[in-house]
Amino acid sequence: MTLWDHLPVLVVIIPLMAGPLCVLTEHPRAAWIVALAAAWLSFAAAVVLAAQVSDTGTISYHLGGWEPPWGIEYRIDTLGSYVLLIVTAIPALVLVAAKESVVHEIPESLIARFYGAFMLAFAGLAGIVATGDAFNVFVFLEISSLSSYALISMGRDRRALTASFEYLVMGTIGATFILIGIGFLYMMTGTLNMQDLAERLPAVLETRAVRAGFAFLTVGIGLKLAMFPLHLWLPNAYAYAPSAVTAFLAATATKVAVYALLRFLFDVFGFEFALRDMPLDHILMILGLAGILTASLVAVFQEDIKRMLAYSSVAQIGYMVLGISLASTTGVIAATLHVFNHALMKGVLFLALGAVVYRIGGVTLRDFAGLGRRMPWTMASIVLGGLSLIGVPPTVGFITKWYLLLGTLEQGLWPVAILVLIGSLLALLYVWKLVEAAYFEPVPEGAATVREAPWSMLLPIWLLVGANIYFGMHTEVTVGLATQAANELMGLRP
Amino acid sequence: MNFMPGHFNYLVVVFLMMAGFYVVIAQGNLVKKLVGLGLFQASVFILYITMGNLAGGQAPIIAEGVTAYSSPLPHVLILTAIVVGVATTAVGLALVVRIHEAYGSVEEDEIHAEDLAQDEAPLDADATREDQAGQ
Repeated sequence: MTLWDHLPVLVVIIPLMAGPLCVLTEHPRAAWIVALAAAWLSFAAAVVLAAQVSDTGTISYHLGGWEPPWGIEYRIDTLGSYVLLIVTAIPALVLVAAKESVVHEIPESLIARFYGAFMLAFAGLAGIVATGDAFNVFVFLEISSLSSYALISMGRDRRALTASFEYLVMGTIGATFILIGIGFLYMMTGTLNMQDLAERLPAVLETRAVRAGFAFLTVGIGLKLAMFPLHLWLPNAYAYAPSAVTAFLAATATKVAVYALLRFLFDVFGFEFALRDMPLDHILMILGLAGILTASLVAVFQEDIKRMLAYSSVAQIGYMVLGISLASTTGVIAATLHVFNHALMKGVLFLALGAVVYRIGGVTLRDFAGLGRRMPWTMASIVLGGLSLIGVPPTVGFITKWYLLLGTLEQGLWPVAILVLIGSLLALLYVWKLVEAAYFEPVPEGAATVREAPWSMLLPIWLLVGANIYFGMHTEVTVGLATQAANELMGLRP
Repeated sequence: MNFMPGHFNYLVVVFLMMAGFYVVIAQGNLVKKLVGLGLFQASVFILYITMGNLAGGQAPIIAEGVTAYSSPLPHVLILTAIVVGVATTAVGLALVVRIHEAYGSVEEDEIHAEDLAQDEAPLDADATREDQAGQ
């Protein structure tokens, strides 16, 4: 076996090894270099993997050479390679911007440990995507969650501590629910390999244990996903975490939970059972819509912009859940596209907020007064990211809204389509509040003159802005991959 | 098989799980919440270990005259889950220590009251924020 054959596990191993290495360096700059190098290596591995998957189809990697279902299998299919790209690209970019931002926001003695926790969270998220073993999902989920609790608690405000504790309690309940669910499935089938589960489950689908396991799994992943009304941990956690952490988690953590939901609903249980026999499609649709509308509405009234965007994240998750609930190819395309696209928009917005915190010191609406003149490049990126959030062409936000509307109209769900549009209008309202403050209000008197953010922050922000517009105009790549992924998900058990 | 003896372990699991869950929700003290969380997790350990057992099964070591073995896999799985549980408790307790340093309390309602007081005096909050930013 050459090194190339080990790529599926290297994507996870590289950041996992880099974590302790960062802590051992004990030096802020050295830890940053280790983290950055590992993140880009992992991203490179993910790019090669994506190319391999599109060439030769699904890759199955046997850990330690043990044949599945006895050994642990890492399985990268189209959906996996697609999500893996975003999960590795975002931290690689965030780390470029993090250098300045972290020095500014975190005490020097903690920086090496900060990067250590950051890389562990990264490894956990990549692991959830790469693995084909149900119990492995739980372990990686806890690796990423435990390190994110630590990361969130490093925020400057003391409320970061309570937010992190709240997240710890709810996250642990969610993870334990997932553990119970996997336990029930194991009890009935005697296997933990997802492919093997998918083959053995149909025979026992009608038992109470499998149904209970299904319910536990869905609620557990729903908690991790911050699906309305299980989203209560998210706004505080995102609002008080350090800027780099918010950008990283907002763009990846909930996306990986969506991936896990897709895996279990479509691959393991099969959508016929999950969304047709069980009434989950209706439940998800109602919860998705409720999430979109209430979270968007709450976002409009927020003064703290980080908190506003955190609520907007809850709303965006609603769109993904809605896409899944349609249980059609178009719906799944919309959901997978939005996983990718939402990571791009929220990456831009939270990184730009990090730049604002770096220069201005805060991100309340008052801090934004006249910001269009004080930090023109940063503010321009926020506007473009906001347009993508609303769904204005030619941004990626438009593409997902388009597929979501197509999916709802296919099934004649006019009221749902109208509610989605209302959600977009609410997004317009809260983005407009920012634009109004930044461009139409004068710079407050006596405010210190600030310079534009350093290039190390602007570069990743504008790379992501470029991606937002590029993938909005050249849709072949993303839509092509999403369509293939959706076909694989829907076709496994037609 | 009679219901009670056959399902005794599962009944214990359900009781422990609900007791732990109730403590997490109902207690305002953060340390007690963690105790509840630990209880909640421990119940799942018992669930896994119970399902690995086979009536009349022996330890999974090949020996003369033994035909039925208990499955060792759930034990191995739950070893991992126990480690995760310990780590969760450790992180949780570390957070409680930090919360106690920052707020001087580990009672949920007192912490909320302090946060509210901070929100209602935004000028002070801004001042502390600039202090921190200046450091």
